[in-house]
This record gives sequence, structure tokens and C-alpha cells, in this order.
Amino acid sequence: MSSPYLPNTDADRRAMLQEIGVSSADELFQDVPQKFRNVQFKLPPPLSELELKGELRQLSDRNANLDDYACFLGAGYYRHFIPSVVGHIIGRSEFYTAYTPYQAEVSQGTLQTIYEFQSLVCQLTGMEVSNAGMYDGSTATAEAALIACRITKRNKVAVLTTVNPRHSEVVDTYVKAHSIPLETVEPDSVDLPSDCACLIVQQPNFFGYFEDIKTYTGKAHQVGALLIVIVDPISLGMFRPPGDYGADIVVAEGQALGNPISLGGPGLGIFACRKEYLRQMPGRIVGKAVDVDGRTGYVLTIATREQHIRRERATSNICTNEALVALAATVYLAALGKSGLRQVAELCYHKAYYAAEAIGKLKGYSLVFQQPFFKEFVVRCPTAPQQINQALFQKRIIGGLDISHIIDNGMLLCITEVNTKREIDRLVEILGAM
Amino acid sequence: MEHYLLPDIGRPGKIGCSLPSLDVTPAELPPKELLRQELELPEISEVELVRYFTALSKLNYGVDTGFYPLGSCTMKYNPKWHEDVAQLPGFASIHPYQPIGSVQGALQLMFELQEYLAEITGMSATSLAPMAGAQGELASILMVKAYHHTRGDKIRNRILVPDSAHGTNLATAAMCGFEISTVPSDDRGNIDLKSLESMMNEEVATLTLTIPTTLGLFDPQIAEINQLVHQNGGLLCGDGANLNSLLGKVKFGDLGFDCVQLNLHKTLSTPHGGGGPGSGPVCVKSNLADFLPSPLVAKSGKEYTFTSPTKSIGSLGAAYGNFGVMVKAYAYIRSLGAEGLKQVSENAVINANYIKEKLKAYYHLPYDRVCMHEVVFSGRRQKAKGVKTLDIAKRLLDYGFHPPTVYFPLVVEEAIMLEPTETESKETLDAFIDAMKEIARDADENPEILRTAPHNTPIRRLDEATAARNPDLRWEMGKT
Repeated sequence: MSSPYLPNTDADRRAMLQEIGVSSADELFQDVPQKFRNVQFKLPPPLSELELKGELRQLSDRNANLDDYACFLGAGYYRHFIPSVVGHIIGRSEFYTAYTPYQAEVSQGTLQTIYEFQSLVCQLTGMEVSNAGMYDGSTATAEAALIACRITKRNKVAVLTTVNPRHSEVVDTYVKAHSIPLETVEPDSVDLPSDCACLIVQQPNFFGYFEDIKTYTGKAHQVGALLIVIVDPISLGMFRPPGDYGADIVVAEGQALGNPISLGGPGLGIFACRKEYLRQMPGRIVGKAVDVDGRTGYVLTIATREQHIRRERATSNICTNEALVALAATVYLAALGKSGLRQVAELCYHKAYYAAEAIGKLKGYSLVFQQPFFKEFVVRCPTAPQQINQALFQKRIIGGLDISHIIDNGMLLCITEVNTKREIDRLVEILGAM
Repeated sequence: MEHYLLPDIGRPGKIGCSLPSLDVTPAELPPKELLRQELELPEISEVELVRYFTALSKLNYGVDTGFYPLGSCTMKYNPKWHEDVAQLPGFASIHPYQPIGSVQGALQLMFELQEYLAEITGMSATSLAPMAGAQGELASILMVKAYHHTRGDKIRNRILVPDSAHGTNLATAAMCGFEISTVPSDDRGNIDLKSLESMMNEEVATLTLTIPTTLGLFDPQIAEINQLVHQNGGLLCGDGANLNSLLGKVKFGDLGFDCVQLNLHKTLSTPHGGGGPGSGPVCVKSNLADFLPSPLVAKSGKEYTFTSPTKSIGSLGAAYGNFGVMVKAYAYIRSLGAEGLKQVSENAVINANYIKEKLKAYYHLPYDRVCMHEVVFSGRRQKAKGVKTLDIAKRLLDYGFHPPTVYFPLVVEEAIMLEPTETESKETLDAFIDAMKEIARDADENPEILRTAPHNTPIRRLDEATAARNPDLRWEMGKT
């Protein structure tokens, strides 16, 4: 049987085996004890490209895709407009079939785009340095907490209750590995544990509204803890960047910057911090350099933090990250530019207020929080959100996140620039009729 | 070529895409202290943007450009149509928190992939949650820790790794608070059994073993290693980085492993993306199944649901792992079937042995025996003549090849680690072998050409030391 992915013919293989001096491929497995070799594998029979494409299309059609529905679901993964140019650039196979750019001479494409990514992240967050990216927003948060422990030489992490619970769960997994306790802090609590390494806050928070962040900066720094801020990168087109209010480390989920949601993965962990923590940063970092002929180029740098050099003393075990997703974010930010990103953020803001106001006026519905918000808000529904979501789904609408386990009959709704006025009006109309 | 960056091509007033105007009545703006004063980002038109990134892409070398024998990284060619199916709206445009009944196709794919990976590795259960190999290792070690603790076995604070191990193995063990001891290799490149025996005690939680090893060798003592570790109450963790040589031939479970982490982006064919995204599922025997990271996909009747194992080590990400990568791995397994996977490993092993035989007269071969999917040479003969392994690697660039992995594994002096993969033709291998022979000759006759290589690349050797000492990691705009 010939395969399109195995270029050698039987004759080639025979010739090669002869050169090697064995009579069969199996002989090359001679170091594997006989009883472990050539065992049975129960897998479905192979299918051709045509057949399997058909089957996969059927499988994908069993999912309700957000392009066919009006979607008001966010909670960390957001549907924003993705200009086609993003897909065309990251679809260039010189980018996507390359490995981590260890050989700088033939990886300038990847390296320079990472330098651009780091620069754009710094511009956006108002921070001094950024790495090349982490797995997702939650692991970026977790690694930030670990680094805060190392910097402060303390063993306690505090997280606000208004932080996305999925992020807190992942932070818990990571700090538990080090036997570091994770304490949750209520937003109105006056005192932080005086021995905590960091306080993790989210701006805007999980419920969509803006925290009185200056208070937290003050509280964290007062006890000698670092302030770790989780942001929505799109919000930074309009709202104050964390670098402006004293954040020490900024992390974010970067999926919203030009990437499809894809069931939540691959995502992109954004990680930026103050320059003094540079040598504690996890992950890859690209720096500018000069070659022997005096030409400017880029190279992986400060690698003595990393596992392949430092081994058990590395700042993290991360190796492969989300380079292609970071490239998409880079192209996205470059395509939007300062006015485009501002426009996207403003569209989200105004449309979200429009929707919130209309829903808040409906009989039986109310807005739970009064603070200013960006694109997400919590509505208290007259009945169980799950029931409402089922009814909405029948009308080809994906409703908000059911958070009734946190807030009585609470639903977290999300509006972005892709939600048209018509969609929003229809949502309001159907909610009102329930 | 003149060097420029995004801010250099940007001009105020340009934009690279068109956006809709506001179709609702604008709301009142929030208090000024919440608003951003200024945002400085480059402004660029679409055509300039496309040309900029296209020019950059041409400075890159990918598997689609040519031979990429980067050892330990399994840089195989990936079928193009797998990229297309991952982009189907029903896979790419779905939300992790939308009603579970509306993503049954995705869950079915995940469920079946869990089963396939368990079958391929000979294990009982799989979690697809880890987002890369190193995170899969983290999951493995956290499970090992939880397993021992649950049994009240709390003094097992040590992890053994062979001296040829990947850096991630050690970094992961350290992340989980373990002490690390290194098990030496013997003169054949196998684990030194005597040393292992003396190191195994009631403090050892696990031996983390890459098999075949990073030397590209299958340790024939695997049954003895397994016995030594388990009879002392330890577990055997596999690093599945080198699964490409075992596909469809050998199962980790049969060899005695309790868990193994895979790299779908290496072995099961998803392109590396310049450094990710990856996917690093963990497969375990039944003794560790209750500890797997959340979530798993379960099937009851015709319905698929997410579940969490009873003693799960917890969540590793905000969603369910890198689903987009899973789609490609699923397509790969279904395209090849059991027989196709076996052909993959056999061809990968033939290709590596072919290179080994053809080059061993020219480069020192520290372990002259049958290898698996990769072969490790040493550049020490050349070094004696003043040519470093790095020079050899850089010279390969001039021939249009990507260099192998160099200076790893650490147990081989001046290591040159070649992994050709199964997707390379004999013609390509022959051309590469010829280039390596010429380089060996130049090391004798014309070493200067190697020391100053590469000569034909877009840039040449960079001053890395200065770059690390005076880091320039970003451009700035809007600072006056």
C-alpha cells in the first residue's frame, strides 16, 4: 500500500535495508524484546482523504457553530471579528511548518514577528517587557503567581473572588504542586494576608465590571506583595492599561486577538511584567542582535532561565508555547492599529450598554452590578438561566453563561462588535416574551 | 535589505481592515479615570501589512521548505488537508461553554481520540487536557505525587531521570517540589542497571524515562528496569517524545509504564507553528486513572459529557486542551490506521539507520548499534581539528538543510542528533549525506569555511552574548 506521506518505494526501502545490512525493517527493532514487538493495535481501518473529509464534515456539522447562531457567550473566550488577512498570513507554511526558532539564521521570520508581538503587548498593557507567550491566560496567571513567590520569597497566593473561577482553578493546580496555599479574598475585604506573595485581580473582572483597582495596588504593595492583573486585551483599546495603575505582572488570554475560539484551544497566554523581573520570566524571549556583518537580526535570548539550559533550576518547564496563535495576534493588532482597536473596543462598549439597558428594563430582569463595565454584564433572570438558554437555543441564539451557582438566577452576557443591533433587539424581544 | 519594523512602515491615518460603524445609540462614557489617555500602535494599510509579513515568512525555514532533521522534534511533513478540516466552522467556531448538547460532534471526536491514544500506548485512560508535552509531564508528575500521597506514602520525594533526559523532565520534577537524581548511562547508552538498583529505595516516587532514549536507542533492559522500579514501590513514567519509532509496533503499557505523555504536534502530525500550539495528552494505567487532569470525555448511551476523575489533580487550562490540534491528530490516526502507523515507525527507523550507516565513517558514532528513529553522532573528531559541532550545524544551512539538534543529549560530547522522520525520501537523505560528507572533508581541508558559516543565509551568526547582556526586547512608540 503506498501512502502520500511516505515517499520511499518498496525498492527504495530494500536498497536502504541492504545498505544497513539487515533483511527487514523488523530486524531494526531487535533491541525491543520480542514479546513486546508487533502487538495488535485495534484502530479503525484507514480512510482516504475524500472519505474522511466527508466523515469529519458530518462530525463538525453536529456542532452548533457560532457563525450560524447569534452568540452572547463570553466568560474568557470571545468572538471578535477576524480580518481575513490574519488567516492568510498565518497560513503561510514558512511560518506554520517551522519549529521553535533555535537556528536564528533561518528563522528570522518567526523571530522578528515575536519581537513585534512582544512590542505590541508592551504597548497595549503599558508594561516594560513581555515574553513570547504561554499556553493560555490561565496558565500565564498560574506561572505569574509562582514567579511572585520566587521574587518575594513568600509562599502564599491571594486571588480575588471576582477573578474568572477557571483561572483560579488552574492557579490552584500549579501552586498546589509547590505546596503553596491559595487564599481567596473578597473584593471589599480590607486586609490582605501580610505574608502573601501576590494578589491576583482581573480588570474588568469575571462579572464584566471594573474593579476599583488603585485600592488593590495599594493594598498589595503595602504588604510587599506583587499585583498580578488579568486583562481583556481588547478592552485596552479604550481603557487604562495596567502599567498605568501599578501592576507588576500582567497576564491575559489572547485568543480574542484574531483567533477562532475552537472550543477554547489553542489559546494564547499573554505575559508581561516590569523590567526588574525579566530574568524571572518563564518562556521564550526574543531580543535584537547584530550579526557578524553588522546586520540587524533577532535571536532567542536570556535562555539561561529556560529548561533546556537550566534544567531543574529553570523558571518554568515550558517549552513549546503557542507561537502561531501569537503570530495571529500580531497580525491582528497590526491590521487594526491604534484606531481600529479603539473602534472595536468602543463598539463592544456601546453595544453592551445598549443591550444591558434594554434587558434591565424588561419585567423580571435586572442588572446585578451598578459599576461601569466593558462588554460583559450580569443579569438576574426571572427563571433559571438554564431554562432560558434552552429556549434561546431553539431560536438559534446562544445565551450567556449560567452563573446561578454564584449569583441567584444570574446570567453573564457578552456583547462584542460582531453582535448586530438586530441580533441584540431579537435577544431582548425573546427574553421579554419569556 | 534595509531593516524595518511595524512602526517604521506605519503612518498616522492608515488602517489594515475595515470595521462597521456603530448601529446603536452611544452610551455615556465611563468616568475618565477608567479611560486610556493614549494608545500608540502602528497604523498600516492591508497591502503593506501583507508585504511586510510575506517578506518575513521568506526568511523562515519550515518542513515545507526542506529537510528538517532536528533530533527529538519529529519534524515530519503534515498532510495539508488536516489543516483544512481543523478550520471547519463546526470545529473552529465553537465555544467551550455553549450547551453540551450543541457540541456533541466535538466531544465524540475527543472521546474517540482518547480511546485511540489509549490503544496506541497500551494504557487504560487518556486525558487530552495538557496543552503541550511539558504540561503533560507536569500532569504525569502531579499524578505520581497524588498517587503516593493517597496511599499514605509521603516520603517519596525523589525522582530519578537518566543522564540523557530532556531538560523539561527535570524542570517539571522541580516544579512539583521533588528532589532529582540522575541515573548514569552505561557504555552502550543504556541505563546502568547497577546504579539504578542502588538508587531505588522508598524515597523514589518515579523514574521518568524517554523510550527510545534521547540517544535514539531502545533500552533492551526495559523489563528489568520496570521490575526494579516497581518492586521498590516506584512508578514508571514515560516521556513520549520519541513515540514516532514505536507507532503501531510497541505499546508503552506492555513495557510496564504507568503513564506516558504524548506530543501530538510531533508524533501525530500537526505542524509546529514556529513553536506551538501543541497538545500533550497523558495516557495512564488504571492505577492512575482517578488522578487524571480534568476534564475527560465520557459516553453514556449516545450522549457525550465532560467528567472529572474522582481524585483529579485538577484543571490545567481554562478550557479542555488544544482542541484545534486534536482534530488534526484525530484525522492523522484515521487516515493511517494501525498498518499505516506501523509503516510510519518502520520508515522512520529505516531512514535513521540509513543515515547512521552512511555517515559513521565520517563522524564519530558513540554507540555503534542499531538505532531507532534518530541517531546521535559526536563531532569530537572534527573538534580535534578546531571545528565545533556548531560550525557543522551552521554550514548545513549553506547547503539548504536545517541543522540537526546539537549539544543534546548532554551525555554525548559535541552531540549531533539527527531525526530524519519517515516523510523523507531516499533522494533527500542521499543529498543530505553528501553534504555531511563534504562538511567532514572541509573540516580537514578548509575549516575556515565552516567556522565562518553560514554564508548564504539572510543573516549570519548573531552576537548572542551581547544580546543577552544588553537586552533589546521591544520597540517603543509614543515615548518622547
